[in-house]
Amino acid sequence: MTATSASTPSAGHGSAAPSAASVTDQFAEITSDNASLRRFLHGLPGVDQVGLEARAASLSTRSIKADAKARLIDLAISMVDLTTLEGNDTVGKVRSLASKAVRPDPTDLSTPSTAAVCVYPDMVATAKAAVGDSGVQVASVATAFPSGRAALEVKLADTRQAVEAGADEIDMVIDRGAFLSGDYKLVFDEIVAVREACRRVDGTEAHLKVIFETGELQTYDNVRRVSWLAMMAGAHFIKTSTGKTQPAATLPVTLLMLQAVRDFRLQTGHMVGVKPAGGIRTTKDAMKYLVTVNEVAGPDWLNPDWFRFGASSLLNDLLLQRTKLSTGRYTGPDYISID
Amino acid sequence: MVKVPESAPVASLFEYAPAPESRSVVDIKPSYGLFVDGEFVDGTGESFATINPATEEHLAHVAEASEADVDRAVKAARRAYDKVWSKMSGRERAKYLFRIARIIQERAKEFAVLETLDNGKPIKETRDFDVPTVAAHFFYYAGWADKLAYAVPGNPAPKPLGVAAQVIPWNFPLMMLAWKVAPALAAGNTVVLKPAETTPLTALLFAEVCQEAGLPNGVVNIVTGAGATGAALVAHPDVNKVAFTGSTDVGRTIARQVAGTSKRLTLELGGKGANIVYEDAPMDEAVEGVVNGIFFNQGHVCCAGSRLLVQESIQDEFLERLQRRMETLRVGDPLDKNTDIGAINSAEQLARITELAQAGEDEGANRWSPSSCVLPEKGFFFAPTLFTDVSQTHRVAREEIFGPVLSVLSFRTPTEAVQKANNTPFGLSAGVWSEKGSRTLWTANQLRAGVVWANSFNKFDATSPFGGYKESGYGREGGRQGLEGYLK
Repeated sequence: MTATSASTPSAGHGSAAPSAASVTDQFAEITSDNASLRRFLHGLPGVDQVGLEARAASLSTRSIKADAKARLIDLAISMVDLTTLEGNDTVGKVRSLASKAVRPDPTDLSTPSTAAVCVYPDMVATAKAAVGDSGVQVASVATAFPSGRAALEVKLADTRQAVEAGADEIDMVIDRGAFLSGDYKLVFDEIVAVREACRRVDGTEAHLKVIFETGELQTYDNVRRVSWLAMMAGAHFIKTSTGKTQPAATLPVTLLMLQAVRDFRLQTGHMVGVKPAGGIRTTKDAMKYLVTVNEVAGPDWLNPDWFRFGASSLLNDLLLQRTKLSTGRYTGPDYISID
Repeated sequence: MVKVPESAPVASLFEYAPAPESRSVVDIKPSYGLFVDGEFVDGTGESFATINPATEEHLAHVAEASEADVDRAVKAARRAYDKVWSKMSGRERAKYLFRIARIIQERAKEFAVLETLDNGKPIKETRDFDVPTVAAHFFYYAGWADKLAYAVPGNPAPKPLGVAAQVIPWNFPLMMLAWKVAPALAAGNTVVLKPAETTPLTALLFAEVCQEAGLPNGVVNIVTGAGATGAALVAHPDVNKVAFTGSTDVGRTIARQVAGTSKRLTLELGGKGANIVYEDAPMDEAVEGVVNGIFFNQGHVCCAGSRLLVQESIQDEFLERLQRRMETLRVGDPLDKNTDIGAINSAEQLARITELAQAGEDEGANRWSPSSCVLPEKGFFFAPTLFTDVSQTHRVAREEIFGPVLSVLSFRTPTEAVQKANNTPFGLSAGVWSEKGSRTLWTANQLRAGVVWANSFNKFDATSPFGGYKESGYGREGGRQGLEGYLK
């Protein structure tokens, strides 16, 4: 299939997405059983650890100066999925987070909103009400986050609940146990099923982000394979981590996933987004990721529709640096709301 | 997964704002003399200008050492050798070398900027590669100075040779200095070094470091000049060892000159390295390695991977990826921290690269350069260039171009890959890219090259020997083997 015959365009998040079938059909034969899936995934080019890490390190040395940096900070803010995923989350906590997502810096209204707030399914309705019609999306982790260890029916119910409550985006975790034991077909089918559960009654669907927990998958070869697996199953986004396991997002892993979405687009014409999550805390780090996006996947991905940061503390550093650039002075953390 | 937007709104963001490194850390004098017997002295010959190849701006006047000047330097080195340096214990010599290494680290930024100004190579390479590697060499050989008894198997009491005449090229001016000076001093020799005429400035800054380290007078002497100065130095009767890095032609002349004398000789000459990419290679890293292999230091690398040998089954896909990657290479101001490819070192070298690239086209190879590449109007620049449809008979496949020009050949079987890789008068380096360890080892064993990199290219380390086969020279530098060339 060529790029010209590819799926329908999107005007941005929340709009009607292409049917999963348009992608999965192309791979129907490959994904028909575990043996052929395995042959395909193991036939992907290998990853050389030393080379990959060296490339990531060299991209980290790009130097960005004030003018470009100011615009990149705003871009990074607009890519943040502001997240709270704690057992002790309350309605009050989620409301306060949502209002921060909408208006990150009340002293400077030119500051863009973040892309989304990310909460547990039971908090979706609260978050949805709090963001109102601001355009900030509500993302929800579902499918027995973060371990993913539940029956498929439970995972699907979890997903449906979040979608019914108004979630615009679903962040699902894959079954790492199944993946590591070589049961690729199980992981594939689960992603397809969850994407189906993302469909709303009006026929539109919530965007699906598939979380790999790359720290648990350990090898770079696994990361490339799982990226292709998720993309073939119809993921809108591929995401590194839950943030609950170390190591979470790293630059080499993100670089590798960016290579995967680039190659997937070249082969199928479909674009898939990338979301590193966990451990990205500073503006400096965010800049390194954006440089990598630009040089590896290409500038088309420099957009909240195609690249996100899963982060809770990154936003405040972006705001501090933004203030520094506009006023020439550093403010203290007390001048930035904690959420 | 949605169709791609027609134009990316923020692409222009990544026309990274210029990030030039400041020149203020470097103080370039209007003119420089020679460094003889611990002092800066005037030369008796003419002086010549050194320029910044990225801007063609005049940097300084440098003395051209005459035969008399060379004689003075060799005499100073002999005195220092007889009276001080050969008599000093290895432990004491080590202290000086450690001190030099530390001063280089302290003045790293100064060295990096000056090297970039004088040579045209990107600041990110001088800052992140050249200068740290230079310091590493001095640290490494400092560690050997009191352990020479263990350096050469079968020789428990090695002795230094005496005065070493060292002639180095312009592609890695400071690093070549370190490769030669550090082992020579550790082994107890004294040196007279001649840097290339287009890049003498960091060697003269190194002379300041020798003063700052309190190195005894005459242990290191630096004479600047062109071919005649080098010839006088090599021919000097009181020299015990000649070490040369540069072109194969000059190497031949030196070998003839030295033949029949008792002088020891090490030659590091040209190369036409093959980068063999098998179909099971880690694809993206191999692309990166090929880019690094040929575009590192503008291709001014004797061990550059200037011939890409790619297996036919993946040729098209690999070249697509390579071209896509080359589109992101940034050519321009070497002082800009975001520059990947800097300036060609001299107008003369640029002319040679241009001529050979033209020959490639004339002989029927297919020439390609990234569409994104816009060269600066001033200075000497050459766009990264790829030649496909190259065959073994083409000049671009046989001659050393010493510039950012890659020739692509293909092969069908491992045996053919090895035959083609070895079918060259040179034998300095090669790279093998495969996920299969047994194939990599088999290939490495067949290759007639001094260095074979596996799933990597252009990696250097003070502990690892480097040198060539055939017309790439003889002798080894670096590692324990690097000491052997300065011991008897």
